[in-house]
Formats: sequence, structure tokens, C-alpha cells
Amino acid sequence: MNIFIVWKRLLLACLVTTGLMISPAYADNFTKEDVDGWYQEYLSVVDKGRVAFTDASLGTNGVVCAQCHPNGANTHPETYPKFQKQLGSVVQMWEMVNWCIRNPLEGVDLSPTDPRMTAILSYIAHERRGVKMEPGKH
Amino acid sequence: MTTRRNFIKNSGLLLAGSVLPVSLIELSFAKTSDNFTFAYISDSHIQQIKGNKFVRNWDRGLIRAVAETNMMDPKPDFVMYGGDIAQLGKKAELDHGLEILSGLRVPETHYVMGEHDYYLDLGEYWESQLGPQYYSFDHKGVHFVVLNSILVDEGWTNKWASGEERMGVMAGLDDPRGSPFMVGEKQRKWLADDLEKVNKDTPLVVFSHSPLQKLFKNWNFWTEDAEQVQAILKPFKTVSVMYGHVHQIQYNQIDNISFNSVMATAWPWPYPKTYVQAPNMMPKLTVDMNRADPFFERDATGWQMIDVNSGRLSVDFFLPENEKRRVAFNAAKGHPEDVVYATNTTAAQKHY
Ligand code: HEC
Ligand SMILES: [Fe+2]
Ligand SMILES: [Fe+2]
Repeated sequence: MNIFIVWKRLLLACLVTTGLMISPAYADNFTKEDVDGWYQEYLSVVDKGRVAFTDASLGTNGVVCAQCHPNGANTHPETYPKFQKQLGSVVQMWEMVNWCIRNPLEGVDLSPTDPRMTAILSYIAHERRGVKMEPGKH
Repeated sequence: MTTRRNFIKNSGLLLAGSVLPVSLIELSFAKTSDNFTFAYISDSHIQQIKGNKFVRNWDRGLIRAVAETNMMDPKPDFVMYGGDIAQLGKKAELDHGLEILSGLRVPETHYVMGEHDYYLDLGEYWESQLGPQYYSFDHKGVHFVVLNSILVDEGWTNKWASGEERMGVMAGLDDPRGSPFMVGEKQRKWLADDLEKVNKDTPLVVFSHSPLQKLFKNWNFWTEDAEQVQAILKPFKTVSVMYGHVHQIQYNQIDNISFNSVMATAWPWPYPKTYVQAPNMMPKLTVDMNRADPFFERDATGWQMIDVNSGRLSVDFFLPENEKRRVAFNAAKGHPEDVVYATNTTAAQKHY
């Protein structure tokens, strides 16, 4: 349960016990400015993903993702999760990102929750926007 | 290891299974006296890590191509190198690549300039080792021309703080700060003068690094003055253009000109249609190569042997652990064709 929900419940309990009624400012309401701001947040992470795609520090041999995946092409985010025949199981995309970090880049795995992994996955998805979901497709 | 002789024998077996159109066989083997072969190696992208350490993967690709070329029997008359020896144009990278290439046991190797060889010092070191950036030569009745097609305008060339910065930008295939390639006015003039002296029935083969066609601008699968260069080639009856840069199999026919790309020894590139945010003008004629398996590092890389018969090219692709492919000029249809994949594509060839 996230902190915000906990806090809302506490507040609600407070209001009920004190019998006070105020306007429900905690209801899930947001404006166009909020939405635009959140999309800008996303785009700033996409930009970081582009930087990661040309960042040799992900590996040890100077090779970068963009050398083989211009504009993130040939990464097929719409097909995940899918059976990766060489790994012998159904995997998520970050596992293939790590595979490419370990092999062509001769680097070390990123944690799936590493902000750089999030940035890489965001950039890949952004360059593929508009393509319909096809999980499992090879 | 497959030798050239074995390979021809295998082609014969294919014929027995009646897969190949007979016209093609006649084309390739009719007047053997006119035939000759040359090998084509391209896009090795030798990349320095530090000191005498280089990226192993790219080294292996070039070493393999050199070794396989040396095993060809009969030997190719010469080797063409299609450009991008280096990744960042460094002296150390060019030296290391040329050292591997010096293992070629062939009479001669001719070089084409790639943008990765050029943009650090505008080709100065390359030229000091390999000679002029554009030139022509004759071999067994065919006129060969080599162009430097990766030039851009002077404004772009001179706007950078350093050669390193300029090379770094041009090395990013998808870097939006790049600039479209061209042959340029000076070289077009030279080309027109060079061809003036050549009989228009003489078969002509032009080597460039970029495609001399407009295919996909985003990744510089593009030559800005392609139409003007094509117009200079127009008076010739038999014209072929061979180019590197694209790291994938492409072929096309525009009027009298056949186009063939060659593979990289370093790594393959996605086909432009896999980037859905930008339109492309890729040739409809091309049957795509197989999708690369990332778990086999040499997959979708390779090199090629070219049979020249009366100036027409048949390109045999040597693809590690993949079936060989042959793209040959089909005289009846008047364009290059992959004789095996002409009518069917496999699931592995579906790029999306
Ligand atoms: C030496 C070239 C090379 C480099 C460098 C490289 N990759 Fe790959 N990668 C490949 C190839 C080839 C494939 C297979 C593509 C296909 O299936 O069509 C692949 C596959 C992938 C896939 C799975 C694609 C799919 O269709 O399922 C992802 C995701 C990926 N790479 C991400 C990355 C990232 C992120 C980097 C940088 C950390 C990177 N790659 C660096 C060559 C490379
Ligand atoms: Fe290249
Ligand atoms: Fe190139």
C-alpha cells in the first residue's frame, strides 16, 4: 500500500472521529496542467534513455547500443513478454537489454529498477510509439 | 570450410534440383574466358578501446573475412574494401585494420573511403596510407571507378570545434546533427571527364560507400546528388554500382544501373522499415536477409565474392552459419535477383 493511501485513510479516520466535514480535496482529481507536466516528466526520461543509448559507460569496450540499434530499431518492445528461444523461457524486455549490455558491450547487468534501465526502456518504447501491442510475437 | 570450387559444385547441385533459372547459369558460365572474380570486404569498424586493445567482436569479423578470402580457389583477381575500416577514424584503428587486411594473399586491394575513416582528419591519414580518395582502373575489359561519396557541404564540415567532435557526430548513424552525404561538384566533374574517354559499350562498375540512391535519409542510406551521378552514368550500356555503409543486403535497378550493397564484417543494421517514425524509399526488389540472432555475434555479418561476366555482377554472400545467398543480374528481367529467394521469403526474413 502506498504512503499516500495510508495518509488519506488516516485523514478520513480523523474527519470521521471529529465529525468535521470539509470539501474533499483528496479526491483523485487533476488538471490539464498536471497531465502535461507528467508527460514532460516522461519525455525527460526518454531523453535520458537516448543518452544511455550512446553511453559507453554502460559497458567496458566503448561499444554503445545506438551502434546496432539506430533510433532504438529492432528492439520490438510491443512483443514482450515473449518466449526468447535462446533463453528458453518467457522473459521481459529488460532481460534482453541486460543480455546486450553483457555481450556486445561487455558490461555488467543493470537492476530492473535502475533509473538507467527505466530510461532505456522508455526511449525504446517512445521510438516505437503507435505500434500495436503483440505480446508473445516472435 | 567451403572453397570456391566446392561452392560452384554446390551451385551445380542446386541446378540439378531445377531451382535456378537456366538463363542465369548460361549468363554465369557461358564464356568462361570473359569471367573473373573479385572479393568484397567492407565495414569492419575497427574500434580502439585503449592503447593496443581493440573491440574483439569487430576484429574477429575482419579476421574471418580475410581468412575465408584467402581460402578461395581459384583466387579472386583483387579485393575491394568498401569503407569504414575504422570506427572513429583514428590512426591506431586504421593501422590495426590495415594490418589485418595485409594478411590478404591477393595481387591487389583497392579501397573506398567511408565516413568513419574520413571525418576525424578529412581523410588525411587514410590518403597517406592508401592513396587518392577517388580514382579509376581497368581490369579485363571492365572500367572500374571508385568515388568518395560521403562528403558533405563545407559549412557543416568546418563548423566543429575539433575533428574528434565532428567524427563523433558523423559516427552516430541516427544522430540528427549529421548531414546528408554527397559526391559533390568537383568529383562529378572528374567522373564526367574520366568517363569521357571510355567507350560506352565498356562495362562500367562504380564503387561508392553510400548507396548513390536515395533510400532512407535518417540513417544516411542516401546520396544527396544521386540523380546527378546517375545521369553521368546514363550513356553506358552496362552499369553496376556497389556500395557498403548499409550493413545489410540491398539490391535495386534504376534505368540502366544495377545496384548491389555488401554486408559489414562488424555488425548488421536494421532495415529502415523497422523504424516506424520515418518514411523510407527502400527498393521493392530487395528480398531482405534473415533477422540477426543476437546470441551469435557473427550473425548477419559477412563478406562476398563477385563473379563478373561480360560486366554483369553475380554477388555471392558468405554469411557465417547461414545459407549463402546469391544476388545475380537476370538478363531476361533486366535487374538483379536472388535466385533462391525470388519468390519466397521465410519467417526469419520478416523484419518489423
Ligand atoms: C553488436 C550489436 C548490438 C549492440 C551493440 C546492442 N545490441 Fe541489442 N540486439 C542486437 C541484435 C542483432 C538483436 C536481435 C534483433 C532482432 O531480433 O531482430 C538485439 C536484440 C535486442 C533486444 C531484443 C529485441 C527483440 O526483438 O526482442 C533488445 C531489447 C536490445 N537488443 C537492446 C539493446 C540495448 C539496450 C543495447 C545497449 C545496451 C543493445 N541492445 C546493444 C545487437 C546489438
Ligand atoms: Fe559502416
Ligand atoms: Fe558508413
